[in-house]
Amino acid sequence: MDQSLTKNEFIGTEVEQTQEAKRSWLFTRPDHKTGLVNWLTTVDHKRIGILYGISALFFFLVGGVEALVIRLQLAVPNNDFISAQTYNEMFTMHATTMIFLAVMPLGAAFFNYIMPLQIGARDVAFPRLNGFAYWLFLVGAIILNLGFFVKSGLPDMGWFGYAPLTSTAFSSEFAGDMSTDMWIMGLQVLGVSSVIGSLNFIVTIINMRAPGLTMMRLPVFTWMTLFTSFLIILAFPAITIALVNVMMDRNFGTHFFEVSGGGLPILWQHLFWVFGHPEVYILILPAMGIISEILPTFARKPLFGYPIVVFSGALIGLLGFGVWAHHMFTTGMGTVATAAFTLATMAIAVPTGVKIFNWIGTLWKGQLIMTTPMMFALGFIWMFMMGGFSGIMHSAAPADAQQHDSYFVVAHFHYVLIGGSVFALLAGIHYWFPLMFARKIPEFWGKLSFWVIFGGFNITFFPLHFVGLNGMPRRVFTYDDNMGWSSINMIATIGAFILGIGIAIYFGVMIYSYYKGEKAKRDPWGGRTLEWSLPIPPPPHNFDVTPTVHARDAFWYEKHHKAEIAAENAKKAVDDEAHGGIHMPSNSWFPIISAAGMLFAALMFCNHSYLGAMAGAVIMFFGIWMWSVEGPGGYHLHPTKKGDDANASH
Amino acid sequence: MSSHAATAGPTDHHHDASTSTGIPNKKLFMWGFLASDCMFFGALIATHLIYRLHPPVGTPDPRDIFAIELTSGSTFVLLMSSLLMALAVNACQQGNVATTRKMLLGTIVFGLIFLGVQVYEFIHFVHAYGLTTSSSLFGSTFYTLTGTHGVHVALGILWLALMYIRSFKPRDDSAGQGWILRGFFHFLTFTAMVVLSLYTLLALVHGYEAGNGLAYFFSNHFLAFFGCIALLGGLIWFAKPRGPVDFGEANAIDVESMGLYWHFVDVVWIVIFPVVYLLEYVVLS
Repeated sequence: MDQSLTKNEFIGTEVEQTQEAKRSWLFTRPDHKTGLVNWLTTVDHKRIGILYGISALFFFLVGGVEALVIRLQLAVPNNDFISAQTYNEMFTMHATTMIFLAVMPLGAAFFNYIMPLQIGARDVAFPRLNGFAYWLFLVGAIILNLGFFVKSGLPDMGWFGYAPLTSTAFSSEFAGDMSTDMWIMGLQVLGVSSVIGSLNFIVTIINMRAPGLTMMRLPVFTWMTLFTSFLIILAFPAITIALVNVMMDRNFGTHFFEVSGGGLPILWQHLFWVFGHPEVYILILPAMGIISEILPTFARKPLFGYPIVVFSGALIGLLGFGVWAHHMFTTGMGTVATAAFTLATMAIAVPTGVKIFNWIGTLWKGQLIMTTPMMFALGFIWMFMMGGFSGIMHSAAPADAQQHDSYFVVAHFHYVLIGGSVFALLAGIHYWFPLMFARKIPEFWGKLSFWVIFGGFNITFFPLHFVGLNGMPRRVFTYDDNMGWSSINMIATIGAFILGIGIAIYFGVMIYSYYKGEKAKRDPWGGRTLEWSLPIPPPPHNFDVTPTVHARDAFWYEKHHKAEIAAENAKKAVDDEAHGGIHMPSNSWFPIISAAGMLFAALMFCNHSYLGAMAGAVIMFFGIWMWSVEGPGGYHLHPTKKGDDANASH
Repeated sequence: MSSHAATAGPTDHHHDASTSTGIPNKKLFMWGFLASDCMFFGALIATHLIYRLHPPVGTPDPRDIFAIELTSGSTFVLLMSSLLMALAVNACQQGNVATTRKMLLGTIVFGLIFLGVQVYEFIHFVHAYGLTTSSSLFGSTFYTLTGTHGVHVALGILWLALMYIRSFKPRDDSAGQGWILRGFFHFLTFTAMVVLSLYTLLALVHGYEAGNGLAYFFSNHFLAFFGCIALLGGLIWFAKPRGPVDFGEANAIDVESMGLYWHFVDVVWIVIFPVVYLLEYVVLS
């Protein structure tokens, strides 16, 4: 092999150029290690994870501002802070943004960054496809939010897009009004992105585990990644078809949801909730995974009832496909269907309750260390339980008939989604921040942000239970003074701003810590899973030597069997070198080029310019074609070559 | 990345030692995607069936519209394309590039026959019976369901054609730029051939239905016919051997993944055909 050794600036070790000199530039993949080009062409799962994370946090703030606008409007009766039309746009975009552009991608950020590290892999199974999934996510996010900048305005028919609100008769105020078209197109692109990303995670978890890492030794977060990915690939097709049908209705005169042509709007509700209910578990399962990582670490005990926690997760995912019609109890489905969905919904509380008990079992007699991630995790258990209790109340169809479309439901799902998903994701950011950026977030400010968020959240949403049972309906832009809802709404608005301040403190401290925070040492929390065995931040190749797993908490075992592991790794390092070192994939331009083609095609289609849409599709196919024929590229690393210490870090 | 690990000796196509399960990553990915696609078609077929249960007033009787013999024939042709696809995978696993190419071309031709019949069927339904996407709910669900399946077939044909052209990539990388250009024109010729031959064939069929003879066909569509012959010559020229190619046994997994997709699309039709067509002829007493 040609031995032209050069010094690699990024990791400070030798890089061997294995490419033959006579490669056409068209087939040569970019190998930038730094700068903007590296971010645009990256195939490194950690960088893609950070891209997901930053985008998700940005949209989290956008969605939060939309929420504050909603609460401001509702603060006092008969308010005219915003118009009814703007209010509709705000609640539509608040929900769409929070679900698809904040919580889901934040979950995907952790899947990308943490999951391959937990299974001892060097990357995901298809690194370029992973990049493509991210860029497609960005394309979908752009299309959804373009309404801020165009005359059509934002979509205004709710995140559920119930027919016939999406029909041209109701949603197009003037010719060329494309807000609904952009919503449809944006969600479809996001669906493609999620399915591609999830297939990648599924293959990675099933096929790229380190030696000895059997399925029943997987960290629970990895298990939940797997279940979430399966839910995504099986649930998203339903909404894709529903959206295709609406698109056909709007563009090609079909009658899927047009009553005048014999269409049944109720079909949209079924198709939407066949997707929509598993989506709820897509949002909460990653959160449960994060909590199952944090609690054992800070209780200094292994997770209580590991197999039960795993199978409860599977059962929740499975049952999640059989409960969708509990969103439709008031549509008159008939007694049998209503009873069946009531029973299924009640049944889903069982595996959820089992998980809660297992977490409590993990805490029981543990030596609790009250760090910020632990505070958020404990807050999660309590708040998620509260949301679960009101969920059980909805599962009884007669009770639900009273609560349907009232603020009681709003209170319920905010307890599940903020108290559940968001608390867990905020806990996860605190927990893995030192791993990603080698700095620690100051505990005082972290805990302060927790208490302000916790207080603000409860002040906002707890009173909404009462105003909901009192009959205040959702999605109305104002109410009259004599309804008796005024003081509670004022309290909720004040709470929302306290919550906003808490989030501001959280983000402020995070940004401060990124630049000026205390340097963290390796394995700062005394972790148990493989990601903590790495130097911080992890090098591009993750593991100098692919770890061999001997027990469920793999890194804990390593820490207690140092001699055995060192000998094992030294032997493996020699084997690796005999095979030419660690192979690393080169970057690629084509994921982002293909995604750009998709963006162009989607925007042209929304604008009813079908020729332009085809041009965009051609760009996309060109990108995919070049992607398939560009050279394999790649380079080799030799992290263990210098010195004999197999665990050397750099 | 196992795909370019140096391997010596015969390749085992059913076991990949570098993965935890032994299943190649690409195969597992394709199976996952097909599971997702099942739900996709499941939603479409369910939509069609639900609306068949609730036909609005004025819904045409599909039995007056369908030509069941023709559709049965094209169904058979699509099934046979799956056979050729399986033979292509088999040939590629044995490193036989020439046979792989022939079988790929055969699969493409059979797929095109199916697609051509579908195009003919759609045109016929629109012109003879006035069945359009907006004429009735039946038209909406029928065209959306069978059309989506048709798009899957068309994408499969595109994939097959790109794989066929890909099999001519020269092993010498320095010839890359020249090959990209030649591959591009190869693809253009291929596309033109597909479009023009479908057009010519449909013209012949429509002429026959109108009772016109061959002489009428040649006098009116001579240019199209001649164009087909010329494009065929072009395709033969592009397929001329030009030294060793960067395609062989190592690509068997790519051809196999494509095959899985192709078989799946066929199986979906095996569901659609009874549910959409044959079911209309079942008389319940």
